[in-house]
Amino acid sequence: MKTLGYALLLLLIGFTIGSVLNSNDPDLSSPVSTPQTFQTSAEQVEEQRSLVAAGGSIKDIAGPAPSVEVIVDDGESILAAVRAADPGTVIRVMPGTYHETVFIDKDDIRLIGTIVDGNRPVLDGRGILNDAVLYSGNNFVIENFEIRNYKGNGVMGQAGNNYVIRNNVVIDTGIYGIFPQLGTNGVVEHNIVSGISDAAIYVGMSDNTHVAYNEVFDSVAGIEIENSRHAIVEYNDVHDNTGGILAFITPGLPIKTTYDVIIRHNFVIDNNVKNWGAPGSTVSGIPAGTGILIMAADDVIIEGNIIKNNKTAGILVTDHANASSITADPESDPNPDRVAILDNVMLNNGYDTITEVKALMLTEFKQPPVDIVRVGVSNDSCLANRERYRTVGIGDFADCDFRHTEDIATYLLPPVEPREISVADRGKMTYLAVCSGCHAYTGRLIGPPMQAIQAIYHDNPQGIADYIVAPIKRDGDYPEMPPQNYLDEQTRFAVGEYILGMTPTPAAES
Amino acid sequence: MLLRRLTTALMALTGAALTFAVDASAIELSDQCPAGFALEQGVCRLSSRYDVFPSVQAAGLGGTKTALPARRDGFTPQQVDLGRYLFFDPILSPDNALACASCHLPERGFSDGQPRSIGNKGAALNRAAPTLWNVAFLDRLFWDGRARSLEEQMLGPLFADDEMANTEAGLLERINANPEYRRLFSQVYDSADAISLEQLTGALVAFESSLISLNSRYDQYALGYSDALDDTETKGLNVFRSFVARCAECHTPPLFTNREIAVIGAPEPTGVGFDEGAGASYNDSRLRGGFRVPSLRNIALTEPYMHSGRFTSLAEVVSFYNAGRGNAVPDDQRLYLHWHITSPELGDDEELALLAFLDTLTDESFLPALPSALPSGLDPASYRKHVSHHTGVQ
Repeated sequence: MKTLGYALLLLLIGFTIGSVLNSNDPDLSSPVSTPQTFQTSAEQVEEQRSLVAAGGSIKDIAGPAPSVEVIVDDGESILAAVRAADPGTVIRVMPGTYHETVFIDKDDIRLIGTIVDGNRPVLDGRGILNDAVLYSGNNFVIENFEIRNYKGNGVMGQAGNNYVIRNNVVIDTGIYGIFPQLGTNGVVEHNIVSGISDAAIYVGMSDNTHVAYNEVFDSVAGIEIENSRHAIVEYNDVHDNTGGILAFITPGLPIKTTYDVIIRHNFVIDNNVKNWGAPGSTVSGIPAGTGILIMAADDVIIEGNIIKNNKTAGILVTDHANASSITADPESDPNPDRVAILDNVMLNNGYDTITEVKALMLTEFKQPPVDIVRVGVSNDSCLANRERYRTVGIGDFADCDFRHTEDIATYLLPPVEPREISVADRGKMTYLAVCSGCHAYTGRLIGPPMQAIQAIYHDNPQGIADYIVAPIKRDGDYPEMPPQNYLDEQTRFAVGEYILGMTPTPAAES
Repeated sequence: MLLRRLTTALMALTGAALTFAVDASAIELSDQCPAGFALEQGVCRLSSRYDVFPSVQAAGLGGTKTALPARRDGFTPQQVDLGRYLFFDPILSPDNALACASCHLPERGFSDGQPRSIGNKGAALNRAAPTLWNVAFLDRLFWDGRARSLEEQMLGPLFADDEMANTEAGLLERINANPEYRRLFSQVYDSADAISLEQLTGALVAFESSLISLNSRYDQYALGYSDALDDTETKGLNVFRSFVARCAECHTPPLFTNREIAVIGAPEPTGVGFDEGAGASYNDSRLRGGFRVPSLRNIALTEPYMHSGRFTSLAEVVSFYNAGRGNAVPDDQRLYLHWHITSPELGDDEELALLAFLDTLTDESFLPALPSALPSGLDPASYRKHVSHHTGVQ
């Protein structure tokens, strides 16, 4: 009784101080000051806003739509169409069921499902295929598909930039539903993803990502932003998962940071599903009933969400030291620093929380339920209107000196393109990468010197381009040259021109 | 495929014999950059077709069209060539028994074909010799990742009693007593002073950094020629990067390593004790049994496999991963196995496709020429005798 009374007294003091310092102060409507690495200028704000269409969707960041279109009908192969397509093709897929893995290793391919009377094209892995869609090409778009019954991932990206994954229904596709990885500049919006054993939507080691208007449920993790920077997660409906929305640094990955993540205006409700993640996976350590989990990520802003009925905690902020299933990585900063929790609607969270949280609460003479839990080190973090929430561990959180993120419409960029290279540079790069193993300008290596080639072809680069496709043995002294038919015509011509322009002292070039 | 590989190797090695003089005193250092490098402002810079592409956080990781990581380059042609002579020269060991090439044989993918390397006077070493192909891109050296630069790394084998068994003083004395090396070093470093350890390791780093392999059939595919891989190999590529097998999560293109430490729980050979690996070098029990993720480029050339050469073929390696998470962890070990070590349950056809794909990562087109003579006057081919002498296998 005495202890409880003391605790109530402390709470009352806390409440009073909080009220005096923070509540409803009209002067605190200042813009974001927290992100350290992304200073927004007025022009950038305008540019970012220009990427958002009326109604809130993101305009295409995949560049202008290609004009070439092909149609895939039920019974045909989507992959065959992709393989036959040149970069810059829209592949329209008609309703039907397609049992295949589609991989896209070329740029500017758009897979657009045609929905007829509510029927989508269905990619069905029948529980035996690994992944539904693998892309590494840039400017990739996939829309309007239903994807189900795969063992690996629904849609998996490997370094494709400027991607759009939109309006797909993804059900029971294994480890991840939608998984862009190692890409820059991408949109994941208006998808419905469920039944996933790890994260329904997982943004991994990526930059400049926008995840919006998705419904994710019946999965271990709803939306996960991991080892990624400049991500916005907004207007998503995240319910009935083990954990709702996660911003992580996973140690042991080659890209070591997560920062500048905005989680705003989402519904994060009833995420109480028993954890069924694979043993050893990072998400297997998430306590069921975690609404939003911030682990080691920096400069995360949580704003305007409705966070309700998550039994362990509404928001859990932790460092690596207090997380389970985590390996060691001296190069990863283990602490979630500069986390800003702005105004959120929080209701009925932490009502059946884990033992560790209960123990932590006891140290502050508190008892569940609890909305906001912080364990471990979190430097320079803040909380707005703290009197509204039941909290533990946030004693050293300051009051936030800003109240909204209105000035940041998106972190997306205009399309990220490969560096343009001139024909001359292409010739030189290809010569060095391919030819220089066997040829020098003067002197014999494995093949003849380029000086001798110049004498044969002096003003005929096309002659060289033609010869190297299918070389014929000319000089019995040299081994037969292997065909270089994998180089396209333009590149072969560029190599021919480079060879004819070679001089004895390439030192003069720079 | 094997025949083509051997032919390439032989062509490079015999081609050299024709090019280089036999008399040591006639050795002149090349003024040409090694294959794949362009001379820019007096130094050699790697030119890679991958570098036109962006890469997240400049980490050099991603998919088919991603830039490579930062690399060691910027050496002069003469420095690279001097490093080549040093690399093959047994003068670096006190009794002229061992050169760098004795355990990093060019004709064996710059490894030695042994489960665990053979050291000074036949000493049995603990771990396998890692390949040197593309070592310019690595920022962790040794299996346990304990060195963070090639300069730091090479002091290990040079001065370990059971490896090249030299000392700093002994090494500098031997190399400075050789007038040919004095002449060549003074050319490269523009100084008549005694040869320093930094100059010597610098030249070796310059040569090792020139060992580039980036024009395999996989590269031809990745850079736009979709017919470079046949159907089985393409299937293997998709198994490799699928999230069922997850190979590409750690062996990430374009280098086919993410350069991190991973605990995979590979078994030791019979009679060999548990190797702590990075758990010891990083002094962290969660990394016990962890090793640097090796690049898979030219992996088909460097059997046997794993840190202790436990697996004699890539087929055994693939079977190990496919047998499931923790299948070979000893009962008395508790390891923090990497989260990508799972139980993929690949079919036989998928295992075979994966093996076919791994073969497409082979490219020895930039194999350097073997010196026809060494500044020490020792036999430049003597490095080949070390393994055969101690194993009896020619």
